[in-house]
Amino acid sequence: MTTRRNLLHLMGASAALAGLPRLAFAVPGGRASERRLVFVFLRGGMDGLSAVPPYGDPQYAVRRGPLAVPAPGVQGGALDLDGRFGLNPNLPEMHRLYAARQLAVLHAVASPYRERSHFDAQNLVENGTAKPFGRQTGWLNLALVARAPGGERTFSGIASGGAGPSDTRSSATGSSGALGFALGPSVPLVLRGPAQIGSWSPSKLPVPDADLLERLGALYRDDPLLGRSFAVAREAQAMMESRNPGGVDSATQPVVELARAAGEILGKPDGPRVATIDFGGWDTHISQLGEYSQLTRSLRQLDRAVATLEAALGPAWRHTAVLIVTEFGRAVAPNGSGGTDHGTAGAAFVAGGAVRGGRVIADWPGLGLEALHEARDLRPTLDLRAVFKAALAAQLGLGEAAIEMEVFPDSRSTKPLTDLFV
Amino acid sequence: MSIDQVIAVNRFGLGAQPGDLAAIGSDPRGWLMRQVHGPSPAPPTELAGLPSSGEALKAYPRWIASLASSGVGTMSGAMDGMRTVEGTFREQLGPGILREVAARLAAAAATVLPFRERLVWFWANHFTVSAEKALVFALTGSFEREAIRPHVGGRFADMLLASTRHPAMLLYLDNHLSVRAGWRPQGLRASRSTAFPSPTGLNENLAREILELHTLGVNGGYTQADVTEFARVITGWTLRPTMFDLDESSPGFVFDPGRHEPGPRRLFGAIYGQDGMAQGEAVLRHLASHPATALHVATKLVRHFIADDPPPGAVAAVAKSFRDSDGHLPTVYAALLNAPEAWRQPLAKLKSPVEYVVSCLRALPGLRAAQPQVLYAILRGMGQRPFFAPSPQGWPDTAQAWSGGDALWKRIEWAGIVASRTGSGMDPLRLAIDGYGPAVGGPTRRAIERAESRQQGLALWLASPEFQRR
Repeated sequence: MTTRRNLLHLMGASAALAGLPRLAFAVPGGRASERRLVFVFLRGGMDGLSAVPPYGDPQYAVRRGPLAVPAPGVQGGALDLDGRFGLNPNLPEMHRLYAARQLAVLHAVASPYRERSHFDAQNLVENGTAKPFGRQTGWLNLALVARAPGGERTFSGIASGGAGPSDTRSSATGSSGALGFALGPSVPLVLRGPAQIGSWSPSKLPVPDADLLERLGALYRDDPLLGRSFAVAREAQAMMESRNPGGVDSATQPVVELARAAGEILGKPDGPRVATIDFGGWDTHISQLGEYSQLTRSLRQLDRAVATLEAALGPAWRHTAVLIVTEFGRAVAPNGSGGTDHGTAGAAFVAGGAVRGGRVIADWPGLGLEALHEARDLRPTLDLRAVFKAALAAQLGLGEAAIEMEVFPDSRSTKPLTDLFV
Repeated sequence: MSIDQVIAVNRFGLGAQPGDLAAIGSDPRGWLMRQVHGPSPAPPTELAGLPSSGEALKAYPRWIASLASSGVGTMSGAMDGMRTVEGTFREQLGPGILREVAARLAAAAATVLPFRERLVWFWANHFTVSAEKALVFALTGSFEREAIRPHVGGRFADMLLASTRHPAMLLYLDNHLSVRAGWRPQGLRASRSTAFPSPTGLNENLAREILELHTLGVNGGYTQADVTEFARVITGWTLRPTMFDLDESSPGFVFDPGRHEPGPRRLFGAIYGQDGMAQGEAVLRHLASHPATALHVATKLVRHFIADDPPPGAVAAVAKSFRDSDGHLPTVYAALLNAPEAWRQPLAKLKSPVEYVVSCLRALPGLRAAQPQVLYAILRGMGQRPFFAPSPQGWPDTAQAWSGGDALWKRIEWAGIVASRTGSGMDPLRLAIDGYGPAVGGPTRRAIERAESRQQGLALWLASPEFQRR
């Protein structure tokens, strides 16, 4: 999408900003400016053993009992991936992407967190340290302002639009060119921090008149918190102005509507390059089975959301990676209510045209009792941060130093997952 | 008019009604303390006629029967127009939640005990039950009325017990589905729906969240083994009627000895040898008086009433009063009000959407005639749909959570529409001074004075940095 002229313009703008003679492109040929990254956070703890059933492990049916998804080929059976793992039958679109080598499936994956509180676990996944509340900011925001060793911006200078200076630490009132965008009424922790972040959710109220907005802009000038929010809000509104409303029933499918908006925003040639979508409803303590269970509905919405995002991105899907992660998996054995209690490792997905998909990436620890974490949960063999680091390098062009020192401190032993992205 | 009055009415109260600031007089602390001391006042008249949990539960068997007859559970699962258990439930009980929202907003808009009302919100958020879970849909309002309101001026332990026993909490955190090993329903109609199989064992959900969210806090020193043992302790704490226990003779909480895992239990290094329900009560009372609970509750109170980053001195003082008074809440509130940090910095807290809209309703009585479904939709758009907290952790209580671009934009849209409908007949600067006195800054004052119309002046005030804070 980026024309040569456009690219030169962007280079000029960012060079002026950074005060540097020229920019070091992280990816030769400027492809970094085309690359998009979407972070979908499944809050509540997705049951990885239902989403990605390891039907080839004989212990699976034993330990999961009635909650085990049957092997492919029978009624309600899994959609086969590689002869060992399958996808939940409610994920047909994601199965199509897998077949097209645009979806990688990860299993036995977890953050460094080993307790079972949702809220601590989510906080840690988002803040990027190995501790709940280890930092007030989110790793995805820090990635947008991280600098390479020489001091040049590796990403943010490139993709920011022609709207003006994109110094993400700048005062509130300047036009901002937010590179990160949150779909929903609030910005999740993973995207909070020094970089300005746009946000948007559907509204039924009329747009305030321009004169009022001008006066409010002046009024917020001395208020760092609201001033910054105001700047990104105006920009988001401008971006969404031409949007064609409707199309999806947002009353029952809010996440699908947000996915569509994310695709439209990220699809713009000079728009943001990073977006987050929050998707709650995965805390399935009861009755996971059945056509109308919470888990079934959530999986179907996820499936529909991914397909909608793909369609809305259009040609940009080719350059996109979508990280779909949750805060922890769920216990291997069902609880007493046909559901599952909080566990440890689970499954994650990476989708998009920028992904080397069609693979299940899992160092499978097995489900025998001795193999389980605390005799209860799937044991983690892959750190989520290995996925995040690889995504930042491939999609945002971040160098190792920026990733290790600024974004994910004290985690050098966790190497980026190799060959995950095209 | 003093800054202390502004802080009392906006931060500890719910915002000024016309004339409020003058009525407070020269003793703002006394005005606040009088709202929470002494016997519980009658509930707000706006809440009269709303169904109790017992009445609401009477509708459940009817709903369950209608599920069976409507064929939910057998239809093919097309995404569009999919009828869900939840959808059916909301169709039947949906109008009730609008009544609840309308009553709650009206009570908050008109109350002369705004500190007390804010504390009801605080505790209802501490003990979150959310209509995100369909089963809880018809009970969130009665939870506040039955488990929270009566204890706001009482003891923490009593509120904890009332919350844990309330049908809304038992349903929200699945304790009605947590049973001893080997339990089988007896003499009761077992569910035939695959959506509601009878329980066969423990469900840890309520036990874990009591420890993590309601009492000790996540760093309170408990282990996974404590969670599991505590879950066993509160097996049998359930309600009627439920899907597989349709007895509706006395709807509400019941202790069912048949479901309870008998025997002594070891938790937090101590043995609990009591029989039956007494065992759970003993554990809950232990938790209520634990120093970690005092610290956890104090931290949340100080965050809510003083600053997003709770000043350690104020937290320590409030926690000490909690310990020393064994959770006597008026004593705890007094410690909060006596903390010098509470009065040092005006406008330190950004209002949440509900706080923001209610403060508008209080400042502009004409607005109270708005259709409840409009207010409900507005709050939903702002990210805080009443009774629909996103998780058992409740609504966030920091500016970070409520200050994103979209959140601010929705407030500006609201300010614009409110001003265009109600702003012609009033003096916006007068309104600002009436509510915020000396806390109205020069730029805001000048912006209102220079506005092109009264409506625009009102919109500027409602969207101003000052009015968005408390």
